[in-house]
Amino acid sequence: MKISLDLKSWNTHGLIFVGVLMLALLLAGPEVFDLFVLLKVILFISTAMLALSMAFIWGFGGILCFGQSAFFGLGAYAYAIGVINIGESTVPILLSVLIPAGFAILLGYFMFYGRLSDIYLAVVTLAVTLIFYAFIRSTSGEEYVIGNARLMGFNGISSIPVFNWPGFPNSPLWPDDIFYVAMTLLILVYFSLRILLRSHFGRVIVAIRENETRAEYLGYDVRFYKMIAFSIGAGVAGLAGCLFVSFNNFINPDVFALGLAAQIIMWVLIGGVGTLVGPMLGSLALQMLYNWLGTQSFVSFLNTYLVFGAIIIFFVLAVPQGLQPTARLLALRFLPFTRSPEEAEEAARARQGSGDD
Amino acid sequence: MTDARPPILETRGLTMRFGGVVAVDNVDFSLAEGELRCLIGPNGAGKTTFFRCLTHQYKPTAGHVIYRGDDITGSHTHQIARRGIGIKTQVPSVFDGLNVHENIWLSARRHHKDRDADKAVDQILERLSLGHLAKKVVGQLAHGERQGVELGIVLTGDPELILLDEPTAGMTHEEVSRTTEMIREINRTASLIVVEHDMQFIKAIANKVTVFNQGTILVEDTMENVLKNQEVRDVYLGKREVA
Amino acid sequence: MDTVALLIIEVLNGISSLALTCAGLAIIFGMMRVINFAHGEFMMLGGYTTVVATNAGVNIWISMLILSPLVVGIIGILSERLLIRFFYGRLVDTLIATWGLSLLLIGIVTAIFGNYITGVSAPLGNFALGQYQLSVYRLVLIGLAVLLFVGIYLVFTRTRLGLIARGTMQNPDQAAALGISPPRVYMITFGIGAALTGLAGGLLAPISQIIPTVGFTYVAQAFITVITGGTGAVTGTIIASGIFGTVRQLVTYETTPIIGGVVLLIVAVVVLRLLPQGITGKIFRRSL
Repeated sequence: MKISLDLKSWNTHGLIFVGVLMLALLLAGPEVFDLFVLLKVILFISTAMLALSMAFIWGFGGILCFGQSAFFGLGAYAYAIGVINIGESTVPILLSVLIPAGFAILLGYFMFYGRLSDIYLAVVTLAVTLIFYAFIRSTSGEEYVIGNARLMGFNGISSIPVFNWPGFPNSPLWPDDIFYVAMTLLILVYFSLRILLRSHFGRVIVAIRENETRAEYLGYDVRFYKMIAFSIGAGVAGLAGCLFVSFNNFINPDVFALGLAAQIIMWVLIGGVGTLVGPMLGSLALQMLYNWLGTQSFVSFLNTYLVFGAIIIFFVLAVPQGLQPTARLLALRFLPFTRSPEEAEEAARARQGSGDD
Repeated sequence: MTDARPPILETRGLTMRFGGVVAVDNVDFSLAEGELRCLIGPNGAGKTTFFRCLTHQYKPTAGHVIYRGDDITGSHTHQIARRGIGIKTQVPSVFDGLNVHENIWLSARRHHKDRDADKAVDQILERLSLGHLAKKVVGQLAHGERQGVELGIVLTGDPELILLDEPTAGMTHEEVSRTTEMIREINRTASLIVVEHDMQFIKAIANKVTVFNQGTILVEDTMENVLKNQEVRDVYLGKREVA
Repeated sequence: MDTVALLIIEVLNGISSLALTCAGLAIIFGMMRVINFAHGEFMMLGGYTTVVATNAGVNIWISMLILSPLVVGIIGILSERLLIRFFYGRLVDTLIATWGLSLLLIGIVTAIFGNYITGVSAPLGNFALGQYQLSVYRLVLIGLAVLLFVGIYLVFTRTRLGLIARGTMQNPDQAAALGISPPRVYMITFGIGAALTGLAGGLLAPISQIIPTVGFTYVAQAFITVITGGTGAVTGTIIASGIFGTVRQLVTYETTPIIGGVVLLIVAVVVLRLLPQGITGKIFRRSL
């Protein structure tokens, strides 16, 4: 599988920059952050990965899934139920990826092979996550059990065993180690998605987003490609769900609720549809805002809903492309050294005025 | 004059109804291997709808489309492309957000492995004089250039049958001449069905021509004879009464 | 015998509630192809208007039938002018903008009224049906729902206003050429849709929760019903409400409201799979 890597392009510079930053974070993390902050960082990593999954299927695949939280929740519950039953964490982590991915294949087959258009897709995926929410909430009774694990309904499952060293079920990981695992996974997932997007498969996915009909005229079975992309996104979201449980030891049906489903869309919108880094930053920014708001005492009239609503409206009116692309546009305009050779040429030609051929 | 070559594409009883309107009425059509046929007719005659039944944009209400003896009426769009049918639509259907090279690469990559795909792309770029535009984003190109890119995408697939819907729409004189040459050249290795309005262009490329009117085929003959045909003139001038 | 009658009334009740909830959304989505995610909040505002006005001494019927639609209609027009009109044609952006609006509205209401507020009880008392006690109001709701939909249908098909609206939706350029201002039509249509939603919120106020976040319980079901109904705004919604309302009530009767809601969603998903353009998608295009 040949991947073209143009060393001089802006994209590659950006990639290297992001990679270095993430590595720095990985290595320095536990030194710089105390325990409390470290746990929060692990949460951020989990949501960043969730944002990544949405960025992939929506920003690059053009699939507006309103219920990405469904896969996040499935992954979380899969890990929880798996680790309670098996007692060792390695397989449950795998399950947290495979079960959502498998479910996505089914759902994807149902939707894409049924030629459901954009908005119906959004509605169906929303319905799915709400169905999970309502269903899991109602499972508090004792009869709702998978193996040794009770589903616990709206109470949620608590005391979920954390990750352990593979093969040593009695050696749980310390928070430092969980951080390393989470951060490494995030880096791996990010770069894997980047590589995937540059492969033939990735390029077809983007082409399908650009012009589905033309992709079909070229002989690509778009239904299949979308289904696979959808499944990959689901797997990543599931892994994020697993990480979420890993720091929390607790999971409840709220992961399936409308609130989270809507937030995921916000992260991508604000971070930038069509980039991978943007939504990760978007999720970070919004989470921090949410936390900060929670600590403010003049919250009485400046409540969360009000602020988030105002932010969304502001963004959709003023910054429709999101943070990252807008930041990039601004940088390109005002900071010449950020331009790639081609863009610099373009700008120069534009300034000289047109009038050739 | 009957054609001894076997038909590459046929329709039998092709009918397309939209609610109460019959746009294509029980059309039997046949294209011989290696032939270049133009579909003409006044607006609303049904030629574009007929064309869209061939490209599987519409599913015919009745009748069959047969390619090399196989009934492809119910096939999926991507399946007919894999059979070697190339399609160029009226409004250029290209990947606006990608550059010219990437557009053509996606087509080339279906038929070649990595390195050969790049080579194939370069070949097409050269053949269509698009080399200087290779890195430009297609959405920003002029209309005629985008038509060229679409043609490139189609040709890269080395199709045996090409369906072209108004290929010269929006082109300059120079571009039309180049397209004429190109189509003649393509005809050496592929069969073509072209829907067109530009009479000069049709005269330059066409051998046989099919004239549509009110959903059926009025006349099928050489361009010369068709132009002399009184019925055809009436239809174009609107003198023909509704049957 | 009374059990059957009770069940029938329950089902009709379920259908009417759903239909009322969807009426405004159907107009806005069916006519303008706008997804108003703040729909639930418009209902909430209708409910709050009724409750606040009634608790302040206004006659409940006036609060429900006049004040609620008026207030929410105005809010709707403001929303359209200040926000939504910038996103016509861009489905995703509209979705997100109206979602921001919904959060904002919840925030404003919470800031003004706090999280809890005293509600109003259903007027007209009860009547006896065999061994059961039924609220007269619920019967009235059924009647009102029918009246409303008949009214909407008549206005859109028999009046000049309705004709203008339908014409503009189907071909704005042509309408403009005829001297009709499409932006004005959009604004008025959106306002009417909002008013209808406010009306529904007011009418349902005596039998639902009155909290700022009550919109969530309406929005998903309303959306799914309207979208599954397809492009025929009135007909599609009626059919979809009929099907889903019946399913939901029957299942709820046997099990719980939650399962009822879940089954509704599942049925909707199945219907959409079978009819990817909605129930009326193939029959109507952008009409009623």
